[in-house]
Amino acid sequence: MNNLPPAAAKEQPVSPAGPRGLLPPLNGRYLWPLLGLVLLLAINLVLSPEFFQVKLVDGRLYGSLIDVLNRSAPVALLAIGMTLVIATGGIDLSVGATMAIAGAVCANMLVGGVDSIFLVVAGGMAIGILIGAVNGSLVSFLGIQPIVATLILMVAGRGIAQLINAGQIVTFQNEAFTFIGTGSVFGVPFPILLVLMVFAAIQLLMRKTALGLFVESVGCNAGASHYLGVNARAVKMMVYCIAGLCAALAGMIAAADIQGSDANNAGLWLELDAILAVVIGGASLMGGRFSLVLSLVGVLIIQCLSTTIIMSGVPPKYNLVIKSLVVVFVLLLQSPRFQAQMGALIALAKSKSNKSVGERAEA
Amino acid sequence: MRIPPLLTGALALALSFAQPAAAITVGFAQVGSESGWRTSFSESVKAEAKRRGIDLKFSDAQQKQENQIKAVRSFVAQQVDAIMIAPVVETGWRPVLREARRADIPVVILDRNIRVKDPSMYLTRIASDFVEEGRRAAEWLMQETGGNCDILELQGTVGATAAIDRMKGFKEIIGEYPNAGIVRSQTGEFTRTKGKEVMEAMLKAEGGGEELCALWSHNDEMAIGAIQAIREAGLKPGEDILVVSVDGVPDYFKAMAEGTANATVELTPHLGGPAFDVIDRYLGGDRDIDKQITTTGDLYTQETAAEEYRKRTGG
Repeated sequence: MNNLPPAAAKEQPVSPAGPRGLLPPLNGRYLWPLLGLVLLLAINLVLSPEFFQVKLVDGRLYGSLIDVLNRSAPVALLAIGMTLVIATGGIDLSVGATMAIAGAVCANMLVGGVDSIFLVVAGGMAIGILIGAVNGSLVSFLGIQPIVATLILMVAGRGIAQLINAGQIVTFQNEAFTFIGTGSVFGVPFPILLVLMVFAAIQLLMRKTALGLFVESVGCNAGASHYLGVNARAVKMMVYCIAGLCAALAGMIAAADIQGSDANNAGLWLELDAILAVVIGGASLMGGRFSLVLSLVGVLIIQCLSTTIIMSGVPPKYNLVIKSLVVVFVLLLQSPRFQAQMGALIALAKSKSNKSVGERAEA
Repeated sequence: MRIPPLLTGALALALSFAQPAAAITVGFAQVGSESGWRTSFSESVKAEAKRRGIDLKFSDAQQKQENQIKAVRSFVAQQVDAIMIAPVVETGWRPVLREARRADIPVVILDRNIRVKDPSMYLTRIASDFVEEGRRAAEWLMQETGGNCDILELQGTVGATAAIDRMKGFKEIIGEYPNAGIVRSQTGEFTRTKGKEVMEAMLKAEGGGEELCALWSHNDEMAIGAIQAIREAGLKPGEDILVVSVDGVPDYFKAMAEGTANATVELTPHLGGPAFDVIDRYLGGDRDIDKQITTTGDLYTQETAAEEYRKRTGG
């Protein structure tokens, strides 16, 4: 993709809305998911005003809002990777299992006596990239459908993690590694900072280089992109590797958070949360246009919802029903057809009430 | 990934063939090895059989009922003296149980239940009593706090028998104390991660948690996660908030030894002893045997925790 002439880049079939700034413009596409998030926060304000209290406890920020950000970190990382994969028209179901494997690898390195925190983190990241490369090869070189290719590791990956852990929960005591999950810098929990760093890096890569354009063009029309000189295979390979890397980081946060690697449960079903976040963020599963910012808004909506449900004290058996209702609502908010119909309904109600007011005035 | 248990199972079977005929021979169709608890369960049965000089034919079904049925058929063909089944699922046992009865071999059900119309198809069922576990945890807590306690509850997976029954037993006892009650209850899905996340939010919903007296968790894993959340909220788990749970996993004993957890009711994996007792009685001619035998593990507290931890980790 390095030999792409600049002229060809200008003629890409997709041109993202608005100027290519680092942060997106606030137009309709960004308005609706944000509105959903604001609505959720407003509900929390009514339910419990202390939701917005943030104070310092033991030199770190403490409060429900911080919890929402902190707890959303693993899914946020998954969603960043997933956004790119989905933008190329793919999907990565294996990220949850990748979290489990990365956590298991790190935990076993720590227990096995590896002292260097850099080695442990590098080991975790390397396994993430390796898994991404396996997925990427299956998709781009062997032409296996992404949902099938990544399903393999989604199912088998958890088994690999269990094998690494020999069926047990491997626990460790290591302050440096635990910092990844529970540490804080200037009071801000480290997982939040990690998400910000990864987001900034990927956003720069996607919006300040031509890479973002390549990703969108491959997602829109891989064939056409190929003829324009975009190396579609390399682009796909890259996004799966990024997704694997992000998943590995998420897995390290999860393991560090509980100071142990639980192969059965680490990252369980989180791949679906990540996909949901990307979809709430308005990305099309067919590929093409993407926005990392919107995906992160989607993540916040999901996590805010979970925290709200726990805070509100409704019986646990209603959790999932409430969650799905809110997600349907947020998705409806974004649907142009739904907006039009609601607009028409409101106009009708208005004209009726105007009429009745008019009639009363006459009487 | 399931190959090692299969191999060991096959090996155990092969070895048991090689042994000279022992006093009695018992076939055991185990579920598999899906959790640490299940592994201790199998180990405990094997150790108990060895201690009593019983020739145990162990079969690992790898979580498949068809493997269990095959194993039971082979036990019948080998004319063992008794069969123990830890069933994978509740239904589908009638044909193979009838074959065992025709061969006049008593069958003991361990752990999970089976559903058959005619209860005379099996000798007895030996299992843990989840309701009693809840009761014991509550009794300890009420004794410790004098019946004056605001409690947070971490439930197991919604709909799981263990969660429903533990909740029931706990509430039964708490109901007798007017000044004690569960102020908030949420599911932590039996996992450490969820336990921690849910505890964080519940503490905040209760204004930081200073007014709370205790955490009641349906298993140790969730409690271990929640203990970290309590600590991060600036409170002392085990002192500011008492922690009581069920299971008795090694990590929880460690937490108790460190003073961050208070008590746990052991979900006993030692079902082998009572099972062999019943089989001995039956083979000795005793026909007056209860259809349901419940075992409840003991409640462990901080006093013996360090010693128990050493015992359980083999250190």
